[in-house]
Amino acid sequence: MSRQIVMPFGPQHPVLPEPIHLDLVLEDETVVDVIPSIGYIHRGLETLVEKRQFPEYVYIAERTCGICSFIHGMTYCQGIERVMGLEVPERAHYLRTIWSEYSRLHSHLLWLGLFADSMGFENLFMNAWKHREFVLDVMEETTGGRVIQGSCKVGGVRRDIDQDTLKRMNADLKGFEKGLKEMANVFLNDDSVASRLRGVGVLSRNDAYVCGAVGPTGRGSGVPIDARMTGYAAYGELGFSPVVEQDGDCYARCAVRVNELFSSIEIIRQSIDRIPGGEIEVKVKGNPEGEYFSRSEQPRGELVHYVKGNGTKYLARSRIRTPTLTNIPPLVKMLQGCELADVPVIVLSIDPCIGCMER
Amino acid sequence: MAFFEMAKTAIRSFVGKPATRRYPFVPAKVTPLSRGHVTIDISSCISCGLCMKKCPSEAICVNKEEKTWTIDRLRCIVCNSCVEVCPVHCLTMDTVYSPAVTTHSGLEVLHITYVKPERPPKADSVDENKEQA
Repeated sequence: MSRQIVMPFGPQHPVLPEPIHLDLVLEDETVVDVIPSIGYIHRGLETLVEKRQFPEYVYIAERTCGICSFIHGMTYCQGIERVMGLEVPERAHYLRTIWSEYSRLHSHLLWLGLFADSMGFENLFMNAWKHREFVLDVMEETTGGRVIQGSCKVGGVRRDIDQDTLKRMNADLKGFEKGLKEMANVFLNDDSVASRLRGVGVLSRNDAYVCGAVGPTGRGSGVPIDARMTGYAAYGELGFSPVVEQDGDCYARCAVRVNELFSSIEIIRQSIDRIPGGEIEVKVKGNPEGEYFSRSEQPRGELVHYVKGNGTKYLARSRIRTPTLTNIPPLVKMLQGCELADVPVIVLSIDPCIGCMER
Repeated sequence: MAFFEMAKTAIRSFVGKPATRRYPFVPAKVTPLSRGHVTIDISSCISCGLCMKKCPSEAICVNKEEKTWTIDRLRCIVCNSCVEVCPVHCLTMDTVYSPAVTTHSGLEVLHITYVKPERPPKADSVDENKEQA
């Protein structure tokens, strides 16, 4: 038996833009065990809830993550709305769904670009980010912000999208989808990509279930877990099913995200076709009293916002559980037994968002 | 499986126009909704302080005694909530981002010049009402 050594990976690493530290226990070039340590960028956003009034905390909830910011704001608002018993208008639900799906497109394209970069496929990286720019332009045009949208509020949404813009958005999706198909062909069919990803970082269905993998990490291993199936916002009225792959390797997780791009486009199309008219918000009276666990599906998996009100303008407690934290135990499982050179690709394959995780 | 799946896209990108804007020569893209930076028409500010209360990052400070409206541009998160809450609509959102700085230039202090218009004396109107009656 060869001698074991411990090699530090991160918190600063060329492949990962965000700080997470992994102690890799190596035997020759093989990873035997992994000890993750987190806590480099804790910002104390959950405590801030006691110092800001609950309608203003939406902006802070949104800034938990710089990629799926809209979904964070929406989940927090859903929690407060359930505590206060507010009935959000149908149109607001549909607008929230449309913006959530655009967020998912933007996040998956960003990840696909970074993933291609981690494989050393620079050309594909730039191509993915070129397509992402289209999504960001739509976001800026409809909400005013490219990444931090700020269009969700307690009781509805802050901005409406007029019918002409919705029609144009629907028409523009056609050209966008054509470009995506071309890019998806490279991710799914190119031999150089497949030889880098197939059989790397395998997570079995049972391990995924036991370790609590969520989102594309779980779905890539054949666990059909998708919080959108609970039917929050307008998802209950739209026809879609979770994208599931069976292999559980990096290639499967990549394929789930690529196929989710097309699933998201389909959901946006359905929402634009079915969006009803009417109000976009209800007036908020009084203060929240009670508690609620609000769940939603982020691009990375299931997100939970816990809110507890005490009858004043300031909430008593807020707790955010992000999908990256849940996906760390499956990551440890994937890394055990892999080669050292595959570590960056495997770590990226769970789409880690450390800023989100440590809040 | 196939090789060179990317070749077609790569060749098209190589001979085609750049996908990005040539920024300093071509102006940056803005939309009517873009949130750039907050501007104020200081002559119509009634120093009610609602923008200060609603600011989630505590970037705005309204001092009624000294008659000043202060904003810290580096604290401001450009969320638009002050613009929405302003009762006299003296706050507006500019679509262009505030320029980059290399040093913290401190707070931007503006002196409120608004003077409350005098109300017509009440006594006269009461007399008129009496006469009409």
